[in-house]
Order: sequence, then C-alpha cells, then structure tokens
Amino acid sequence: MWCFSQVKGAIDEDVAEADIISTVEFNYSGELLATGDKGGRVVIFQHEQESKNRPHLRGEYNVYSTFQSHEPEFDYLKSLEIEEKINKIRWLPQQNAAHFLLSTNDKTIKLWKISERDKRAEGYNLKDEDGRVRDPFRITSLRVPVLMPMDLMVEASPRRIFANAHTYHINSISVNSDHETYLSADDLRINLWHLEITDRSFNIVDIKPANMEELTEVITAAECHPHQCNVFVYSSSKGTIRLCDMREAALCDRHSKFFEEPEDPSSRSFFSEIISSISDVKFSHSGRYMMTRDYLSVKVWDLNMENRPVETYQVHEYLRSKLCSLYENDCIFDKFECCWNGSDSAIMTGSYNNFFRMFDRNTRRDITLEASRESSKPRATLKPRKVSTGGKRKKDEISVDSLDFNKKILHTAWHPKDNVIAVAATNNLYIFQDKIN
Amino acid sequence: MFVCGSICGAAVDFLSHRVCLSSPSQQRPNMFPKGTKRKFSDPAEEPASSGDPGPAAPPPAARTLSSSYSLQRQSLLDMSLIKLQLCHMLVEPNLCRSVLIANTVRQIQEEMTQDGTWQIMTQALAAAQCPADRLVATEVLCRQTEPGAQAGQSPKPFPVVGLEEGYHSEEVVMEGEVETEVTMSTLSPQLSSSSYLAGPFGMDPCWDEEDEDGDCEEEEEEEEEEEEEEEEEDEEEEDSEECMSEADEADRDHLSADSRTGEQVFGTFEIKHPTPPPDPALEELFSDVDPSYYDLDTVLTGMQSTPKMGPYDLLESLSSHAPTALSSSASCRSDLNELDHIMEIIVGS
Repeated sequence: MWCFSQVKGAIDEDVAEADIISTVEFNYSGELLATGDKGGRVVIFQHEQESKNRPHLRGEYNVYSTFQSHEPEFDYLKSLEIEEKINKIRWLPQQNAAHFLLSTNDKTIKLWKISERDKRAEGYNLKDEDGRVRDPFRITSLRVPVLMPMDLMVEASPRRIFANAHTYHINSISVNSDHETYLSADDLRINLWHLEITDRSFNIVDIKPANMEELTEVITAAECHPHQCNVFVYSSSKGTIRLCDMREAALCDRHSKFFEEPEDPSSRSFFSEIISSISDVKFSHSGRYMMTRDYLSVKVWDLNMENRPVETYQVHEYLRSKLCSLYENDCIFDKFECCWNGSDSAIMTGSYNNFFRMFDRNTRRDITLEASRESSKPRATLKPRKVSTGGKRKKDEISVDSLDFNKKILHTAWHPKDNVIAVAATNNLYIFQDKIN
Repeated sequence: MFVCGSICGAAVDFLSHRVCLSSPSQQRPNMFPKGTKRKFSDPAEEPASSGDPGPAAPPPAARTLSSSYSLQRQSLLDMSLIKLQLCHMLVEPNLCRSVLIANTVRQIQEEMTQDGTWQIMTQALAAAQCPADRLVATEVLCRQTEPGAQAGQSPKPFPVVGLEEGYHSEEVVMEGEVETEVTMSTLSPQLSSSSYLAGPFGMDPCWDEEDEDGDCEEEEEEEEEEEEEEEEEDEEEEDSEECMSEADEADRDHLSADSRTGEQVFGTFEIKHPTPPPDPALEELFSDVDPSYYDLDTVLTGMQSTPKMGPYDLLESLSSHAPTALSSSASCRSDLNELDHIMEIIVGS
C-alpha cells in the first residue's frame, strides 16, 4: 500500500522551464537521491535517520546539496545553443567518505565530488584566523593547529570534465561494474571512458552511415551490464536491442545478441515504428533480465532469449487509438523511463496525467497511481486510479479524453533496497513509500 | 511547438478509424463550397482513371483505396513534412524524432508509390507547369468566399498553422459531405513546394516592404497560404523567389533545378491579387539565387545556416524512387546565408 511521503518543489501553477526535473536517481545505498533539472542544476536529497518519536515512519529526504552542474553553451560552428538540461545522473559506488556522481547534458559529462566538511583547523602558525598571512617577525612561538567542529558544509566540486567527444546528443551514461570505466551514448555513437582520463575516450559503437541520408535508426539508450564489465546493451529507435561484448572487438558494431520482437502484422500502422522506439533500457539487478520501455508498453527480456520478451506489460494501451493526435502534438516522442525495484520483483514506469504504473512480476498485478498535490496528505494512502476505455465511465474513473498530456511522468526511481520511490512530475519530486504496518 | 490545433481538431486516426482527441482549438469554418471542390475532383482523378499507370502499374484494387484513408495518409504526410521543417532551431533538433518522422514520410511515400498515388501526384505536378494551372488550383484553395478572395482583401479565417493543414482538416471535417476529398488531397501536393512554410508563420517583412496590395497583414496571411501551396505544388524544385515570412524561410526559398522563373512563382501570388504584376524588385532580389538542396544531415542535425529544401525535395532525398542530385550548391548557400542575414535583420530576430 503506497502512501505519500513528501513532495519537493514549488507549488506554483506557473512552472519555470528551468525547474522541470529531467532525471532522478538514487545512489547505491539509497541514502542519497539526486535530481537534475532543465536549468542544469543538481539537487541531492539525503535520507535522514528515522526519528525515535515516530519509528513507524521511515526517515525523510531533505536537501543535502544543490549545485549548478552545467551551464548553457553556444556551439559557434553550428550557431546553435547547447542546452544545460541534465539528461542523466549516475552515481558511482561509494569508496570513501565522499560521494561521486556523473552528470551529463547533451554534450559534456562531468564527474562531481560531493564531500562534507564539518571540521576546520584553527591555530595556524603562518596565517591568522582571517587567513591573512602573519608577519614572520611576529611569530614568537609554535603551536599545533587544532581541528574544531563547524557547521556541516556540503561541497560539490567538479573533478573531471569529459567534453568534446559527442557530436550528437548524449542520451545515456552508465557506470561499468569495474568502477573504473563508464560509457556514454549519443544518437549515433557510444564511447567508453576511463574515469581518470578526460582527454580520450574509445568509440565502441558507431552507427552513423557514410551518407546521412541513409540514416534510419538511432541509438536511444545504453547500459552496462551490472556484473559483467565487458557486456553492455543499447536500444534503437526501431525497437531493437543489441547486446555487445567488448572482448570480441574494439569496435562493437557487430552485436553478440540481437533482441527484437516480431511485429504483430494486425496492428501495423504508420505509427508502428515510432511506438516501437525504445526510450529506456535497464538491466535487472540480477543481471539476468533487462527491461525496455517503448511508447505503449514495458517488456522484460531474458538475456538468453533474443526472439521475444518474456513479459510484456501494457502501460496505457488506451492511447493506441489516439496515436494520430499524439503524433501531432509530439507526445508520441515522449521518452518514458522505467525502473526495477531492489529485488527485481516489480517494475515501474510513468504515463500521462501524472499517472505512474507499477507491475508486480510475480502476481501479475498492476496498479496505477497518481502523483498529485491533492493526494499529498502526510502518510495518505494513494488511491489506485483507472482510465476508462469503454463508453461507460465508472465513478472515479477518468476518461481518456480528459487526460492531461502535459502532465507526464517520464522519470521515476526506486530505492535500491526499500520500497521507497521517487517520481518526478514536471517540477515536483514526489516521494512515496510502502506502509510498514 | 507549432500550432497543431487545426489538424488535431479533426484528426482521425486512420487505421483504427476512431476519432482522435479533439482539441479545444478553434473550429474551422467551412471554407470551400461543395461546388468548388467537385470542380477539382475531375482533373486530378483523370490521370488515375485514364489508366496511365506510370512506371509501376498500381493494382486495380489500389484505385479503390478509400478516399478517407488516402486523405488521412496525405494529411499525415503533410504533418510529417511540416514537423521536419519546423525546427526553428536555437537548439539542435532531436535527431531521434527527426529520424522517426523521416521514416514515417518514407513509409507513406512508399505506400503511395505502390498504389500509384505518388505517380499521380508527380504527373500532376509535371502537368501543372504553367502559372495558369497553378493559379486556378491555388485560387480555389485560397478563397473563402468568392468576392473576398478575388479582392484578396478579406481577412483570412485560415488558421495560423497554414493553409495546408487547415485545408486538410477541413477535408476531414467535411468528409461526410463531399466525396471529392481524395482529389483535393492529391491536389494539394501539387502546389508549389519550393519553399515550405516553416514555422510560426510570422510576419513577413518582405511583403511589408513591398506592400503590393497595401494591406500587409492580409498579404502575409495570404502569402503564407500561397507559400504552402507553392511548396506543395512543385516537388521538383522551382524558383521560389517569393519572400518568405521569416528569416529562416528565406533560407527555405528553394529554387529549383529547372529554372522556373520568378514570374511564374510570383504568378501564384497573383491569385490573391489578381492584377498586380510580379514585383520587379523582389524578383531581382531573388533572381540569382540558385536552387539549393539540403542534405538530410542538415535537416536532422539542424544546421541553421544552411538553406533548407521544400518538403517534397526532402522526400526525394529520402526516397530512392526519385533520386535527385543533391548537389550542395555552395555558392548559392552563401547567397542565401546573406539573404538569411538580411532577413534576420529585417525581422529583428
């Protein structure tokens, strides 16, 4: 039973474009939750410890750090702006007291170090408390500087900037299981980087045709395998997924496995290709399955079976008859993400009207919930929503024509261990948790 | 995002034959009297029924392709072409989206080629060489009421989106009433394609300056329509020396390989203003601009500075059916860049 926990962001009806959340990601422990927005800012929330007063409630997430990750740039060669919108954030596994994350816009990836400072040294010999250099002649004795506590300060500093490696727009970054390398994918190429080296990257996939007029397919998402550091997958706009093994060749243009579900000829339309375009691909935590999101459905694939998915879940099949309108207003190109829960037993993805859907893989039950201010009373249980498809609309159901297509939930994240989810609804971040009772 | 209300208002999802969401946008007035439409059903249908199959003989069954489907397909084609062109780019357009739209256009084109509609369109375009034909075609499509159109003075109820779309949505809305939509839909592509109207169909400073008819606003609107028609009309590039409504559109003035004169092009504008001759100043301005093509790379990756093709040229570049030498005329590009620059200054963008 999912209940409302928190909502972050302005209540204002008038949403500033820069505040629109463009990516959400928990870190490996779930302690930190990062969001990126269209204005190039990253906001990190930290999970507070449970309070002793209310043990039935899990702790809340509060702002831990905010920083400007990317700034708008201008490509002088093409006379085009480069948006500062953060496309993806990926955390690195924690190795010391500091936290590291990769954030990327269309062209540049940055490695940020987020560290805490809660002590400072006092009693330097050569400079006084203001930092001014002391006159050497005034120094008559030596003292040992002492560490004094101070108010906690969280600093974010860019440690690496990986730039100029992508001609096209970066859509994915993925940290490898070796924790030393990561991949970045744009529409036509995938590059492999070493986290320490910023002036070089290896191009491992290149699907750019010699003649751009022959271009019919682009890369839409890519991810490293969670355990096998030589394996990664990338999805395409034609609904195919290719799994590549970096041991086979330096340039992985030839796939090791090719996943595609044969098209159902009875449902073919001019929009078939567009709705088959995969907007997100995610490996399960186990590494045995992967999940893909296309416009109308989520599919779970067994890595050992290439010819069809093992599970298919319809997200909003009622939109199939509206594809023409959705094409016209460009909604058909919306890129929805999907995510697994910690145990891989459930998956979640977003829809329109601030609805998001969860599917339990074991029970095959699904639920539609809404992220809205109305249902945002503390600890209020979320009521399942339903979209009426037939003629008769039951009470509490919403008809397809009443759906607000401007309220889309593209980005969701599931805590790696607990049943806590973060849902980005335009400029608001909703946090929901499963009641422990 | 471009104004999509016009089509949305009446868009019909073609394959499932269910009515799509109707947007709360303005309703198009019924602009075309029935009689007018019928008049145009015959010429366009004739090539089809006359049995001239073109290179790939379409099967007889194709000719009985439902007019509604055909109309909807045409509507989708036009919508797609607009989307491809509409990238008023400050930021690079989304390549994935562009590729998907381009693939959709190809699919439609292939299907239309298979059932012979494409040949009809091409032939009609080839046939409509002389300004007079075009005049007639665009006249019918442009005018709302006889006297108003003739005078070219009445304010247009056309949607901002542009004639093309408004037109098609009209088609759809009136589907039940008039049987001749197919022809109208096939007719529209016959309109000039040279310079596709891009985007936010803004002010046309050029026309303002020229001020042929004394009423700038109307001219702009009319010109928008004409531009659309023009672009649709000629899928082999033609001289479109008319001034486009926006700086970017100056880029899109796409000039054809088979040197149509500016006069012919301006001829189409004369529909709205039946009497005035083509403006010599304008003609001169555009007279030495060569045809320019742009390669798909440009379309897809949004090189703002390069001039853009009209939609049907785009089609040619996409398809193998009508291969076109996509020579990038560097010389004309620089001219067009200059022009673009001038237009930008004029428009003040």
